[in-house]
Amino acid sequence: MAVVSRDFQELRLDNVSRDFGQLHALRDVSLTVKRGEFVALLGPSGCGKSTALNCIAGLLQVTGGSIWLDDLRLDELGPEDRGFGMVFQNYALFPHMSVRRNVGFGLVTQRRPSAEIARRVDEALALVRLETQADKLPGQLSGGQQQRVAIARAIVVGPPLVLMDEPLSNLDAKLRLEMRAEMRRIHMTLGSATIYVTHDQEEALSLADRIVVMMDGQTRQIGTPEELYARPANADVADFMGYRNLFPSSAEAADGGVAVIVGGARLAGTAVGEVGARAMVAVRPDDMRLTGDGPIEATVEFAEYHGRDFYAVARMADGTELYFRSESRVVAGETVRLDAAPSRVLVYPA
Amino acid sequence: MSVARMSLRGRLREKGLDSVTLLVIPAVLFVLALFIYPFLYGLVLSFRPKAGGGWLANYAKFFSEPFLYETIQITLVIAVPVTLLNVVLSVPVALRVRLLRRQRLLTTILVIPITLGTVMVAEGLLTYLGPRGWLNRTLLEFGLVDSPVRLIHNYWGVMLSLVITGFPFTFLLTLSYVTGIDPALEQAGAVLGARARERFRRILLPLLAPGLAITLALAFVQAFTVFPSAILLGAPAGPTRVISIIAYQAAFEQYDYPLASAIAMLMAAVQLVIIMLLLGARTLVFRGPASSGKG
Repeated sequence: MAVVSRDFQELRLDNVSRDFGQLHALRDVSLTVKRGEFVALLGPSGCGKSTALNCIAGLLQVTGGSIWLDDLRLDELGPEDRGFGMVFQNYALFPHMSVRRNVGFGLVTQRRPSAEIARRVDEALALVRLETQADKLPGQLSGGQQQRVAIARAIVVGPPLVLMDEPLSNLDAKLRLEMRAEMRRIHMTLGSATIYVTHDQEEALSLADRIVVMMDGQTRQIGTPEELYARPANADVADFMGYRNLFPSSAEAADGGVAVIVGGARLAGTAVGEVGARAMVAVRPDDMRLTGDGPIEATVEFAEYHGRDFYAVARMADGTELYFRSESRVVAGETVRLDAAPSRVLVYPA
Repeated sequence: MSVARMSLRGRLREKGLDSVTLLVIPAVLFVLALFIYPFLYGLVLSFRPKAGGGWLANYAKFFSEPFLYETIQITLVIAVPVTLLNVVLSVPVALRVRLLRRQRLLTTILVIPITLGTVMVAEGLLTYLGPRGWLNRTLLEFGLVDSPVRLIHNYWGVMLSLVITGFPFTFLLTLSYVTGIDPALEQAGAVLGARARERFRRILLPLLAPGLAITLALAFVQAFTVFPSAILLGAPAGPTRVISIIAYQAAFEQYDYPLASAIAMLMAAVQLVIIMLLLGARTLVFRGPASSGKG
């Protein structure tokens, strides 16, 4: 048995690729995860994030590149020998075993003495606050409780790395928020590294120390949540990170920044990368400001009430749609004037 | 007036009864006419011995003549190993086939023996396994044996033909149970350090057990009622004098329908006992769905 020891400094993916026949699900992905780090793999469905996770877990073989835990080569080991914990999207709890036996599964596999198994299972159940449900079958638990059993089962063996595959996607909105906080708490208690796959940018932003944005099987940007949120590396990432307003535009240098044309109006922006004469302009709906003398004029098409504010869709003079948030009520048909701070108008090479 | 009084139709619907339910009537009539009535008729007939005596005379006769009561043992000695062998073979094959992409082709090939029918398979085996058949000629040619191996007109001929015709049946049933198990469960087991053997023992087998009990029961009934191959490939006067042969002989050679009915009833009783045991064992294991989560 070559079960990986608990202490490690970093997990490293070197140009990892995975093909399914003609389909390149993963192309030259390189990534380093440090001990204790919480890394989110974020991307739209089909971007290869789950494939990447399964390659790290050993459930999928890589077709190129290598995976290392410090100086130990992992990609040639089976999933049994990697000693990681994994939480599956549908939890994959063993339906015929009680919660206690589910959680203890990995310890029984390691042939631990039964007293130790009982003690560690109790600890893990206490960590996920399920002490009272220990003797129930998974089918008798709610979705959130099943989720916590799955987490307890993954962490009870003290894995150096915990892998989570969209663990919150089957829960309702309220439970999702609760479990999000819970995950973060458990991660901090354990101090092991976590790799977390999600398509929900809000989840990634709130949980992760670092986010890896993936598209078409490739990593498109790796950065802290703040970097991803405020300064996406390219227009595709910006689109995914919630920059709903994306317009092609002409661009020209103007006093220290770059000037673009949005809806016929001239707007000062910040260049990201080498911007030529043609550019893509990206602005978050939250960064559009309603001002009486803003350069952009638009007619509101409809507005959604979001409790704290309104989310509105408007049409500019040249016919393109513009999305913005407003704290005051806006109504359909109303003409509004909008502006955005130059630092929040991101200009990418087209 | 009561607050929430439902109409008669509404109350029936609550219990799953509506006009569509009427469509089961032909099936019920069919079962009554062709199964329940003949069964009860046979049961009553078995208590009216042809030769007179008490109403239990046929049963007394059965259990007093070794020629008759030994058939229960003879049939069990054929049916039990065949059933176990078929199911034990089906599980690993099904576990492997579930991973194949060209499952349908393989399944088709395996189903062919079912469509051929037992008589055709028996005829084929007679030629293939006979003293001058391919098998023996090959064995002799390579000097593996000195004289032809006797595989027909004895126990082994019946056994083989029951495996060939019974295996596809148990395999298809087992395959459906195996594919009902969420593959993520095995993956979870693997990530938790369990190797293939341990995953089978701790995850797959317990989840398969209820299905295997049903498969065993059905396969046993099929093997226990063996008739054509016991005559064609076996030694119907000796080691493969199965219970259905003596029932046939009583009915159509001695024209003793009451005795034949009594034998048929005993046959049913043996099957019932075995099935009750299997299904009883089934209640001891987990019987919920073989997947997890609310997905």
